[in-house]
Amino acid sequence: MEERRYPEGQGPSQEEMRRSNLEIVTGVTCPFCGCLCDDLEVVIEGGRITNVKNGCAYSLAKYLNYQRERLLKPMVREGEELVAVSLEEAVERAAQILVDSIYPVLYGWSSTSSEAQRLGIELAEEVRGAIDNTSSVCHGPTVEALQELGHPGCTLGQVRNRADLIIYWGSNPLQSHLRHMSRYTIGAVGRWRRGREDRTLIVVDVRKTYTARVADYFIQVEPNKDFELLTALRMALMYEEIEQERVAGVPVEAIEEVAEILRGCEFGALFYGLGLTMSSGKNRNIDAAISLVRDLNRWTKFVMIPMRGHFNVAGANIVFLWQTGYPFAVDFSHGYPRYNPGVTSVIDILSRRESDASLIVASDPVANFPRRAVESLLENPLIVIDPHRTATAERADVVIPSALVGIECKGTAYRMDGVPLKMKKVVDPPPGCLSDEEILHRILEEVRRLRGE
Amino acid sequence: MEAVLLTGRTLSQGMGVELGKSSSVYYRSVVTCEMNAEDMRRLGVAPGDPVRIITEHGSVVVRVVEALEEVPQGVIFIPYGPMINAIIGPETHGTGMPSFKGISVKLKVGGTAIPRGPGTQPRGNEEE
Repeated sequence: MEERRYPEGQGPSQEEMRRSNLEIVTGVTCPFCGCLCDDLEVVIEGGRITNVKNGCAYSLAKYLNYQRERLLKPMVREGEELVAVSLEEAVERAAQILVDSIYPVLYGWSSTSSEAQRLGIELAEEVRGAIDNTSSVCHGPTVEALQELGHPGCTLGQVRNRADLIIYWGSNPLQSHLRHMSRYTIGAVGRWRRGREDRTLIVVDVRKTYTARVADYFIQVEPNKDFELLTALRMALMYEEIEQERVAGVPVEAIEEVAEILRGCEFGALFYGLGLTMSSGKNRNIDAAISLVRDLNRWTKFVMIPMRGHFNVAGANIVFLWQTGYPFAVDFSHGYPRYNPGVTSVIDILSRRESDASLIVASDPVANFPRRAVESLLENPLIVIDPHRTATAERADVVIPSALVGIECKGTAYRMDGVPLKMKKVVDPPPGCLSDEEILHRILEEVRRLRGE
Repeated sequence: MEAVLLTGRTLSQGMGVELGKSSSVYYRSVVTCEMNAEDMRRLGVAPGDPVRIITEHGSVVVRVVEALEEVPQGVIFIPYGPMINAIIGPETHGTGMPSFKGISVKLKVGGTAIPRGPGTQPRGNEEE
């Protein structure tokens, strides 16, 4: 397609846009990561997205390739093959699997709208299954810890306007959340902070990541030793003597120096990633991080925000919470919600081979779960609702293609700091592809019809 | 050689997901093992060489590269994906979360990597 160039600050005229069938949708929220950047401008020519302004590399990859490897027809498994069927037939088969099952698992939910998440919970209650979202394998330990201790947080806008000290702990935003540093932290121009020169960056990681390279202070922690380092930092803050030369591979003098910097800041923000939740200690690492931030508030203002991955994984926790009282790993087998991570969480249910069917929405557990969990998933009937061909969809018994939230259908998503944002529809979905919300609504109705309700 | 395995997000793995899970970008990223240059010398491997990663849950073959984001000696990094998840244990220590980082592994030079494809998941425990 021919590329048009316009002078700085100018776009095509109304007449030009009409003639070339060009449309620019502004204020679009990006459905990739938990940053939910809401300043994208999507250029549409003849019904196709041809460019995205303000987007990061992920955003561009998503908007310019969303039509690749799409599922376009509902399918059900006949023997070894997936055979195309009508949507009604696929919905009926899916509902029948759920009705016949004693303990189905409903999993995924982080790359779809909060409206779909709400319906998923209704469906889980109806079929007395277990429902879990992908936070179970990302920030689940974060949620567990913050339920125990509380969470001193704020919005990302506050960080941009006020924070003079930023910590990334076990997080590498230059690979995972590409605009996080420029929009909200060290590179951001806020009301009271002009940008990089007004902010100090501390990075704690096992690897010397790209983010670590631009840090003012890089603390290289040994693998699985974050808890020890957090505890040592808390001791140093309280001027307690650390009777070691090094803790977690870090010299005590360095720990004391960092403690001094933390005490001295005006507004600090700790952003933490899966380096804390996925390594040894898990939720106890987050406990220690929350305790550190709580201690720091004796001297200064300090907040913490988890670096959420999927664009609406924060929404999954929030919707689960206000619907059931629990943020993930919710079990309806008794007819009322129960919550016990390690028992009612998806990996544990699958590893113990307790479930007898699965519904996967907007997720690819076959590619992302440990092997034993995958084997268990594949032993039983599997329903997949997803826009794309995935390893999970290839192995499913029922496949229902859906529209992409934030591109082909609208919805609500929650940013990593808990701020809800509207996702826009910018182009039409492929013919016959409905939103997750509409598909779930139909399955729910069919389940109720089959059960004679 | 023994090492500590970290798995994680990389730009090419994340973009590979958007380009399609059958894409070569995705495949190349998830069969890559980033390693310290000194460890590569000790193990006697060059960039692109196959290495078998062994845990108590199985083994897979990946290709070694020198880490651009420097890893300490004794630590290896592999992007999230079907290859490495096949040999990660399901134990969640009562949290729901398997250990995707900080896993003890053994490395053995040689082997053949699993071919590319969206339905590909190594069976694990496969011996040469």
